[in-house]
Amino acid sequence: MRKSAITMLLVAGIVAIVGVALVVDSHRTTDGERFVGTDSAATSQIERDNPDYEPWFSSIYAPTSGEVESGLFALQAALGGLVLGYCIGALRGRRRHDPAPAVTPAPAPDHA
Amino acid sequence: MHIAEGFLPPVHAAAWTVAAAPFVIHGGRSVVRQVRDHPETKLLLGASGAFTFVLSAIKLPSVTGSSSHPTGTGLGAVLFRPPVMAFLGTVVLLFQALLLAHGGITTLGANAFSMAIVGPWVGYAAYRVVGRLGGGISLSVFFAMALADLSTYCVTSMQLALAFPDPSSGIVGAASKFLSIFAVTQIPLAIAEGLLGVLVFRVLRDVAAPELIRLGVLPDPTPDPPHRAPSGTPTETTEA
Repeated sequence: MRKSAITMLLVAGIVAIVGVALVVDSHRTTDGERFVGTDSAATSQIERDNPDYEPWFSSIYAPTSGEVESGLFALQAALGGLVLGYCIGALRGRRRHDPAPAVTPAPAPDHA
Repeated sequence: MHIAEGFLPPVHAAAWTVAAAPFVIHGGRSVVRQVRDHPETKLLLGASGAFTFVLSAIKLPSVTGSSSHPTGTGLGAVLFRPPVMAFLGTVVLLFQALLLAHGGITTLGANAFSMAIVGPWVGYAAYRVVGRLGGGISLSVFFAMALADLSTYCVTSMQLALAFPDPSSGIVGAASKFLSIFAVTQIPLAIAEGLLGVLVFRVLRDVAAPELIRLGVLPDPTPDPPHRAPSGTPTETTEA
């Protein structure tokens, strides 16, 4: 029971950090886009301070619409989540099948 | 922390690429060796890479009114040591540069240096220091995750300040400007990432305890086993 209480507290902490940001923002009266990404904020800062700077290379492929872009980001998160879930599930299955696997003989120390 | 494509002058882009390349190549060899010598840790390796892959796709809102994404490199740095993350983090950055126009090929070296090299090393150092101070494994993992995240954004700020010094206040002025964009926003997000890291680590401890012992992340319960693996990090830390 104590274990699940810690889990709940950790989840609550994450939700609170994001939630506070959203609530604080809903009381702001700024115009324009909210929650601009810091990456693009830095790019605009460079453009503002160095109007002469010309990006000398542009992306080979850039999503032409915000919708497609957010879809690709969702795809990245989905692929990562899929692999993460598979790995954890497979480890759980390994434990169920073989709770204490015999450790294979240690090879020579090789790590850097 | 993604410096946009073309937004580092060619000399800077080349220098960061040269600086990052040996770490990434060494990291690639570490991954191959890990899989070959310790195949039973393959699933944990996959989980570490996937964790970074998910987290760097998700932009979270911060109280500062801007949003930014976590990096997720601290977990793999703790489990497999930083070189492995130099490779896995660069793969994630390459994916985003090619498919999402997020970051870029010319800035890949600089971005890899911050997210895949400095971040994991800072996280790993924090993990060791907190463990040495008797912080317990959960606290160590928390600081590893949070500081890997935060340090990545500090390095990006320095990289941009070096490339675009302020006309009046120079590199220092530019650094404080970029730090105010990146680092301040990142503080609450780094804390959230630390909490998430502890959450995931607790799950892994439940399902992969033998593998974590094998990696040296969890202490070995048997006092003197015949085949003790010298791999990974010796931990004096015990769960608080």
